[in-house]
Amino acid sequence: MEEILKIENLSKRFPGVLAVDNVSFGLRQGEILALVGENGAGKSTLTGMLGGILGRDHGRIILKGKTVSFQSSNDAIAEGISMVFQELSLVGTLSVAENIFANRHPVGPINNIRWRRLYRDTRDLLRSFKLDLDPMVPVKRLSMGQQQILEILKAISTDPVVLILDEPTSSLTEAETDYLFDKIRKLQDQGMSFIYITHKLSEIFQIANRVMVMRDGKYVGTEDVGEVNEAELVSMMVGREIKNVYGAASGSPVSTEYFRVENFCCEGAFQNITFGLQRGEILGFAGLVGAGRTELALSIFGAEPRDSGNILIDGQPVTISRPSDAIKNRIAYLTEDRKGQGLYLSMQIRENLIAPFLKQLSSAIGFLKKKIIDRHVHQKVEEFAIATPSIYQKLLNLSGGNQQKCLIAMWMGIRPEVIIFDEPTRGVDVGARVEIYQKLRQFAAAGTGIIIISSDLPELIGMCDRILVMHRGEIKGEVLSQDFSEELILSFAAGIKRNVNAGEFRKRN
Amino acid sequence: MRVNSENGTKIETDLTGAAQSKMFINAARALIAYRESVLILVILIFGLCMTFASPVFLSWRNIEAILLALSVEATIAIGMVILLISGGLDLSVGSILAFAGVVTGLCLNVDVPVVLSILLGLLAAAAVGMVNGLLVSKMKINPFITTLGMMISIRGLLLVIAKGRAVLNLPESFTVVGQGRLFNVQYPIYIMVALVIIGDILMRNSRFMRQNYYIGGNEKAARLSGINVDLVKIIDYCMVAVLAGIAGLLITARFGSSSVTVGGGLELRVITAAIIGGASLSGGEGSVLGAFLGALFMGVLANSLNLLGVDVYWQRLITGLILIIAVVFDVINERRKERQK
Repeated sequence: MEEILKIENLSKRFPGVLAVDNVSFGLRQGEILALVGENGAGKSTLTGMLGGILGRDHGRIILKGKTVSFQSSNDAIAEGISMVFQELSLVGTLSVAENIFANRHPVGPINNIRWRRLYRDTRDLLRSFKLDLDPMVPVKRLSMGQQQILEILKAISTDPVVLILDEPTSSLTEAETDYLFDKIRKLQDQGMSFIYITHKLSEIFQIANRVMVMRDGKYVGTEDVGEVNEAELVSMMVGREIKNVYGAASGSPVSTEYFRVENFCCEGAFQNITFGLQRGEILGFAGLVGAGRTELALSIFGAEPRDSGNILIDGQPVTISRPSDAIKNRIAYLTEDRKGQGLYLSMQIRENLIAPFLKQLSSAIGFLKKKIIDRHVHQKVEEFAIATPSIYQKLLNLSGGNQQKCLIAMWMGIRPEVIIFDEPTRGVDVGARVEIYQKLRQFAAAGTGIIIISSDLPELIGMCDRILVMHRGEIKGEVLSQDFSEELILSFAAGIKRNVNAGEFRKRN
Repeated sequence: MRVNSENGTKIETDLTGAAQSKMFINAARALIAYRESVLILVILIFGLCMTFASPVFLSWRNIEAILLALSVEATIAIGMVILLISGGLDLSVGSILAFAGVVTGLCLNVDVPVVLSILLGLLAAAAVGMVNGLLVSKMKINPFITTLGMMISIRGLLLVIAKGRAVLNLPESFTVVGQGRLFNVQYPIYIMVALVIIGDILMRNSRFMRQNYYIGGNEKAARLSGINVDLVKIIDYCMVAVLAGIAGLLITARFGSSSVTVGGGLELRVITAAIIGGASLSGGEGSVLGAFLGALFMGVLANSLNLLGVDVYWQRLITGLILIIAVVFDVINERRKERQK
């Protein structure tokens, strides 16, 4: 098959680190090449050079048989390489149309924007992707999934030969992911080639033709998707053998229900939510984005209002109307939006790890106890194997996996009885994921009940003892571990199926 | 790399000459990383140069004049830097300062007892701060707009109630607050120093005040961490208003009259001092000591330029340039740190 893009001996050095070390590979016409590796393996640096964002120290990029050299991403786009970034680059206050045609508005004779044509072109483009969106609506009103798809549309509208996708599904639900894959395959049939960066290994087998692995800036190998399995890929990525990513449960939970949510209702978000949690149980919440899972979690935590509903701990009703109430009752909520709402990125590890329980760390007259804080923070950094030169390091200098460990370490400080974990491993590399799963298993083994909300079905199936599936704000099904299957969970999540035992399960619990 | 305890192993090891000098360089580097130590150094060097340039500079009269002049800015800067740390801002401090002075002055003129008049003046200031705080936290109105509106309306209110005139003939039992001396130092200087020390200790060590850093660092995360963000903000706005009120009463007592126009443009000078002292408009950074040193630096600078006979117009230009230089210094420092990792 013809190689449309050929990379020869590409290298890039940053102060103190050789981020990409003499990497060579080829991308065939009309193929989807998955690019995997742990954080810091050099994937982003490599694709950054291909997309014209980073300069290169050594090596050649050959596109369609011609050596190319990019000074900027505009050069790369002009030659036919477009990139879609992990971080959204959309302007929330501007319309869909203006975002897609950012800086490429159709203009008239005196450089005036031709609005009618702009909206018409956008509508045509949206229609060709069967997207039901109003070109005039501001982007901030769209869901994360819609925004991600818009981002990809924006890249495609430049008519690229090679499209680089950096974790495009990290904020998408299964349905949105399927939709996206469908579009990618269509473009592939038209001859477009893709480099697809992902942390979700299951996706590789769904969408990619070949998979290339990088580690520590070096090229490890490329395999045809049919000739490799997930465990082999993980071993290639981390450089050692890992048998089971999720680890094994330490035994089924002792069936003592101690935490109970009753009749939670919030107009427009969720209705009649009732469920119980047992000590040591890992309970999953599956569902599409917009099914109301995060809203429910925030409401249980007291961060969002609810119309009605009670929380019982050991059979006693407790009042939770604000996060500090939840913290007092030893309930921890670890947000899905680590950067936006979970952590204080501009602050030190030390300050972050004590944020939710400053009160316990201060004296009677309200002064912080420095020594106790230092001891606590050192111990947590050790316990969670947070890789950092010091506890005074600012969080924005840490990798995604280490930030996630900080989030967990921060909330373990309140010694929670109930942990609600929203998307525990989003944007986290395999090595750190294994550690996070191990930790969750340990907490469960120690008798803590854990609620996991996740859009990653293999993760829920691998980790949970029981899964509740939400659809449009209601619990539509309960699946026990012996019945776990993606098909069953998805059919509940899509609202096609209802658990015949749904009523009974509420009584039973 | 795992964490290595900062203060343990390194110091115990045998110190050779080379290691010692390296430690010294590291210590110097660490010192430069703190805005406060940089400012102290700059002020000292500047002062040293000035002692040679002008014989008057080091006289007690001159130093007292500097401190007295900056006592207003520095007192308010304590509250302003706390607001900036929490991600807020108050443009109405100049108006509040005048408001407190006029309220107290009017009370005194109708023979309200001195202590009660002072309390009423401070209460008036606190009330304005409370409205600012409620609008910003509960109504979620942008702090810039809220306090800009308040700055204009309070100034207007003053012109209405005082009919545009200054309040004169204040009793000596009140003016002594601003003019009295202890150990040959005027009271406002003591008050300023005391407030700076208390403010700095609280911001470094008290749980409640520390919450400001979290709110400024990431307001959403602060809410999820169980911090009562609205309450902290309201208290911040009240606090800066009361500090502005205190400054207003001290000015009124010093001059023996309360003017409706006093404190115009003060808000920007106070913000400038806080930013030179290491605060950032995006929140999460800064310290009370830094803000005080920022004010001190501006005070010493203005005084020196006066002594050297530099035109007042030049002083403005220089102050503006120094603000920009301080911020550029910040950016360079930040980039240098980033390269190091």
